[in-house]
Amino acid sequence: MLFALWDNRRIRNNVIQVLLFAGFAGLLFWLWSNTAANLAARGIRVGFDYLNRQANFPISESVLPYDPSDTFGWAYVIGVTNTAVISLTAIIISTFIGLVIALVRLSNNPLASKMAALFVGVIRNMPLIVQLLFWYALATTVLPAPRLAFNPLPGFYLSLRGLYVPAISLGPQAGPFAAACLAVLIAAVIMRRLAPISAWSLSKWVLLGGLAVAAVVLLRPSVSFPELKGFNFIGGLRLSPEFAALMLGLVLYTSVFISEVIRGGIEAVSRGQWEAGRALGLSERHVMFRIIIPQALRIIVPPMTSQYLSTVKNTTLALAVGYPELGLVVGTVINQTGQAIESISILLAVFLTISIAVSMFMNWYNAHVALVTR
Amino acid sequence: MRSKLLGVGFLLTSMLSAGLSPALAGPTLDAVKARGFLKCASSQGTVGFGAPDEKGYWRGLDVETCRAVAVAIFNDKDKVEFVPLSGQQRVPALQTGEIDILPRTFTWTLRRDANGLNFTTPNYYEFTGFMMPKALGVTKVEDMSGASVCVQTGSTTEVVANDVSKEHNLGLKPVVFENSSAVSQAFFSGRCDALITDAAALASIRATSAKNPDDYIIFPATRFMDALTPAVRHGDDQWLDIVNWSIQALIAGEQLGVTQANVSEMQKSEDPRVKRFLGVEPGNGAALGLDEKFAANIIAQLGNYGKMFDRNVGKDSPLKLERGANRLYSDGGLMFPLAFQ
Repeated sequence: MLFALWDNRRIRNNVIQVLLFAGFAGLLFWLWSNTAANLAARGIRVGFDYLNRQANFPISESVLPYDPSDTFGWAYVIGVTNTAVISLTAIIISTFIGLVIALVRLSNNPLASKMAALFVGVIRNMPLIVQLLFWYALATTVLPAPRLAFNPLPGFYLSLRGLYVPAISLGPQAGPFAAACLAVLIAAVIMRRLAPISAWSLSKWVLLGGLAVAAVVLLRPSVSFPELKGFNFIGGLRLSPEFAALMLGLVLYTSVFISEVIRGGIEAVSRGQWEAGRALGLSERHVMFRIIIPQALRIIVPPMTSQYLSTVKNTTLALAVGYPELGLVVGTVINQTGQAIESISILLAVFLTISIAVSMFMNWYNAHVALVTR
Repeated sequence: MRSKLLGVGFLLTSMLSAGLSPALAGPTLDAVKARGFLKCASSQGTVGFGAPDEKGYWRGLDVETCRAVAVAIFNDKDKVEFVPLSGQQRVPALQTGEIDILPRTFTWTLRRDANGLNFTTPNYYEFTGFMMPKALGVTKVEDMSGASVCVQTGSTTEVVANDVSKEHNLGLKPVVFENSSAVSQAFFSGRCDALITDAAALASIRATSAKNPDDYIIFPATRFMDALTPAVRHGDDQWLDIVNWSIQALIAGEQLGVTQANVSEMQKSEDPRVKRFLGVEPGNGAALGLDEKFAANIIAQLGNYGKMFDRNVGKDSPLKLERGANRLYSDGGLMFPLAFQ
């Protein structure tokens, strides 16, 4: 009887599925209960109530405002936004640089092509952490002290403390104005869909001019110049050496990988496409950007997703050069609170979320550029 | 990076260890005896407190505190393995049983104490200080307005830096690094105006990394002191006692005038306190589950606290720190010997 049941393929498969699932659930339960028992035995409190307590530790730079009197939860948010900003900036810049390197490497100029190949070979074969430390050490040894800052233009100062440039600050109407600009932009996009381009070309210039006048009149922008007061520069916009070293290292490293992905994609498009394009009388540039690259995208996008994901994860190396991304914040919180399991879980959850978001976007884009067969 | 790996490792060992290492559940002393040596945390290289010398032999005040416990158990100061740990790694390492004692310039704080750790006896009283180049002309905290400060994460100093900045309304600009070599490199390159950490660690960094140590000034960041104290895990009172009284043996030895040179001679002493201390009159060792001569052995192999201080951080060392608050209470310090009876 049992043998007869076992011989039935559907029943057999279902039984195996149920057993596997039970085994997996059992493993999870065992891990969970074991962890709880061990933590209780060692007198370690578990819970997320510490997130509402005052953090008290400083974070060197952040995109959103942060003060040590904010909570541990907000410190995590600062870490996440810093990670998101460096990831996003590095991904966008490296994609452009990667495209340029790929095009140079594919060019007919042997010198340019060989130089690009050498560049890719050198950067790709050195560990990222070494490059980051190199750029940071270079920045902190070559640049002068703040009192001897390099001052190429009025208001521009380059020193060990970073690059300071004049900042344009806007009046209190900046928020509503930005909202109005966004509304106009959306309206313009809709208009463009409706009207033929030639018809709205003039109105576009009128609109832009109107906006510029409105901006100056409404916002009364003022410029703040950085100046040396005491130990440091006050005022202006600042690019810290930590951020600069991290960005330089990440962008160079990522862009050479991206350039190889793009080059592979372009070379995979059949020669016949080039020849067909030329036969139609299109210029080389048109052939490249209108015919070859759209087809290459289908090949490029999936490996590009992996590169973007690596970039997001590589940002955790920033702690070596003192940039406060999420990993550094999590490490500090563990030390201040001792809540290692909760903090590491948050770190894992955040990276999982960012990575899944990136890959979902890339999958959507991949479907968008995929060859549609009718 | 390593701290993160360790964090994940902590997660995994917490999950798996109950089934795999029964030694954790039992008393630490039995586990250490069965293993044949002690495992102690050490710094990743703070000269004076814990750093290997040119021959790879670990030296320093924290290192020798740990050796004292090894002598108490094995009568051999070399039956210790030192595990260099960063500020972030050290607490999980102790909690998970990777190490038996955490003597690593570790400040006694309420939250650390409450969260799975027990502190033993302070082996160094310390203030947090700033180090700055003398060329900047600053000699006290109030003059530091707007300065950039290099801070190492994984310590209590980042909170102190913030407290000081708030208290005097200085607007200090912190630059936070993960390890001690990065933080001192950044400071000496001029990336920051000041470096903040324990004053003894500053003296250590100044003695080892500065091109010309005389170009740098160290001054207190606050008027508060911290007690650097070796810690053990919750839940093993016998182990807590053993570590406590091994450290006490060093301090009481100095108070009783027992030194490495005269320890065998002192065995003949008629002073009942010395007799009890050295185990001539038995009882102390048995009470702790140790050899009756454990205190005498510690002094014979390491000397008393005063000699240990001078040798590692005091007048006989490159750090040349004042004894200050670390003198015996009878000399006006905070080191207080308890009764060995």
